[in-house]
Amino acid sequence: MLTWIIRHARLGDAIIDLAVQADRIAAIAPAESLQAEDARVLEAHGARLLPSLIDAHVHLREPGFEYKEDIASGLAAALAGGFGQVMAMANTNPVNDSATVTTFMLERARVSHPHGPWLRPIGALTKGLAGQELAPAGELAEAGCVALSNDGKPVASTEILRRAMEYAADLGLMVIDHCEDPALGAGGGMNEGALSGRLGIKGIPDVSEAIQVARDVLLASYLDIPIHLAHISCRASVEIIAQAKAKGVPVTAETCPHYLVWDETMVEGYRTAAKVNPPLRTADDVLALREAVRTGVIDILATDHAPHAAHEKDVPFDEAPFGISGLDTALALTTLLVREHALSWSDAVRLWAEAPARIFRLPEARIEEGAPANFLLLAEDASWTVSRQTMLSKSTNTPALGMELPGRVVAHFLGGQLLFHRTPWPAS
Amino acid sequence: MQWPHKDLLDVSQLTTEEALFLLRTAERFAEINTRPVKKAPILKGKSVVLFFAEPSTRTKVSFDVAVKRLSADSFSISASTSSLQKGESLKDTALTLEAMRPDAIVIRHRASGAAQYLAERLRCAVINAGDGQHAHPTQALLDTFTLSQAWQGAFAGKVVCILGDIAHSRVARSGVDLLSRLGVRVRLCGPRTLLPPGVASWPAQVYTDPGAAVAGADAIMCLRLQLERQQAGLLPNLAEYARRFGLSRALLAKAAPGAVVLHPGPMNRGVEIADSVADGPASRVLGQVTAGVAVRMAVLHLLLTRKA
Repeated sequence: MLTWIIRHARLGDAIIDLAVQADRIAAIAPAESLQAEDARVLEAHGARLLPSLIDAHVHLREPGFEYKEDIASGLAAALAGGFGQVMAMANTNPVNDSATVTTFMLERARVSHPHGPWLRPIGALTKGLAGQELAPAGELAEAGCVALSNDGKPVASTEILRRAMEYAADLGLMVIDHCEDPALGAGGGMNEGALSGRLGIKGIPDVSEAIQVARDVLLASYLDIPIHLAHISCRASVEIIAQAKAKGVPVTAETCPHYLVWDETMVEGYRTAAKVNPPLRTADDVLALREAVRTGVIDILATDHAPHAAHEKDVPFDEAPFGISGLDTALALTTLLVREHALSWSDAVRLWAEAPARIFRLPEARIEEGAPANFLLLAEDASWTVSRQTMLSKSTNTPALGMELPGRVVAHFLGGQLLFHRTPWPAS
Repeated sequence: MQWPHKDLLDVSQLTTEEALFLLRTAERFAEINTRPVKKAPILKGKSVVLFFAEPSTRTKVSFDVAVKRLSADSFSISASTSSLQKGESLKDTALTLEAMRPDAIVIRHRASGAAQYLAERLRCAVINAGDGQHAHPTQALLDTFTLSQAWQGAFAGKVVCILGDIAHSRVARSGVDLLSRLGVRVRLCGPRTLLPPGVASWPAQVYTDPGAAVAGADAIMCLRLQLERQQAGLLPNLAEYARRFGLSRALLAKAAPGAVVLHPGPMNRGVEIADSVADGPASRVLGQVTAGVAVRMAVLHLLLTRKA
């Protein structure tokens, strides 16, 4: 017996009906061709049907920084933002470097969101993220960690990174590296260049990222062990990754919507909402990244969702923490990129769903008969204003705050259940 | 002229005409400062907070003297005595100060953009007395005033060499902007480690050889070298810096005849400037201090008597 009929959804260029039976997609058929019978009907008004997305890089701040975000609020923002799975970084307090912390996080997720979105914890690569000793990767994997990373605190020692990659490889865990030379650009707050020179803010040069990207691909090549490079921000890194991939080095990479939509000029006026690490770069870097996500040199998109409380960002620029709250706006910024012809919707599905599932060996949501019913409806033409009221994250630290954006998630099904439904339907 | 600005955050916000008007206003106050009774009742009943969250002696005293000569009242808060020391945010400190209803807040802060931060949040006038490495508008104005006196107001075609740690200098940033707009040919000189990124796009010529930079200059502006630049690995040691970039008599001899020497103070004698130059006939360092009071009186006058 069918449980749901979704009418008039847009799949590619076609308008279709989709039937859900229990937790599966039962049928995809031309519009108005399916009989509802006892099934509940959701009228999609032509909204775009997309598989539920994966965000491979978020900071949910629990345990330790619940005033910025907690697992319940982070998962609520993820659900409303279109994400069915989120991979949470380990820089909590205490750091997620033990089964105790991993188990605690998973329990918090299960209690607040028993039917999803699903939390996929990322374990610390080194104990306490201190970069000195390996974290117990076996214990973390058993507890449910899906990858390892030192994100937030770059691994200075190449020896430690090498041993961590070798150890993780035995367990089938991917290492995600935050590429940043810890000395070059230390104390900086924005991209180094003419603008940082004029504003009198210490710069973080793009080479501080690219140097570590080069190190990492050399290491991955030498060891023949895969590595995933987090939040790539500049052309120099893209060129190194392209070269490595051409040679068959097992490297994958991500960038974030903010690096595709904004450049360093967002910092003008000392706007702390645009202070993020790595920093927003130049217009030329934005072009290089757009090209790289289209061609697959960069494999995935992730938000690097980094919530900070309002009072932490309401300070002079130098004193503000790095980070952009991204879960609420990711799909809207993606819609913007599609509108600007920087991406197609099939690119977006590859970057947000297919590739992250493949890289991190996670279940992939697919829009096909028999697949688990994990999908969302996106009202592409809906226009909404980003505000405290329209965001579900506890923190609104994004340059998008106050902006009017296209693209609003109107429904999100996980396991065949309508877990999120925006009412009333947003206006175009 | 109807003064249009609530705040003075940087010289870049002023049109050249406004900057020249401000300097002409300062000339009137400079005259008052030569009288036996150096006080004018222009700002009687106004109150000005001097909020110095970074150590400063001369700028703070200069503003204080300027406030008092205009018959306004000043209140001082410094880094060591303020609640910033106890962890209060700049926002709360500023809102607390404004709740006491001052007419202006003069701020010195280590963070670039701190003055703009206050200006966006407060109704009273905000005067930037130096924000991080960003801007120091009253210094640029008093330097320009001093040069104007030396050159009888003829700036066009004059050559000014700013020598030293350009990268970390708010004095250089504000100075280049104002002087270049007045027709001065500005040269910037320092070791590459002390030049800011993107300096090639500034309205100035860039040198790393002091001999070439000083040659034929009509004025040399030495910048203070912060001693921590050595620890940061930006230069080998102070002796080598002094040998290469210190303004010695020999280096000064390459400048145009009658060239003048400026320094924003406080001076590291024997580092960026030799004793013999600091105390020599070309030095206008004390003239800068005198000019500073007049310029700050003009700023206070224009901001606090403007019709909103």
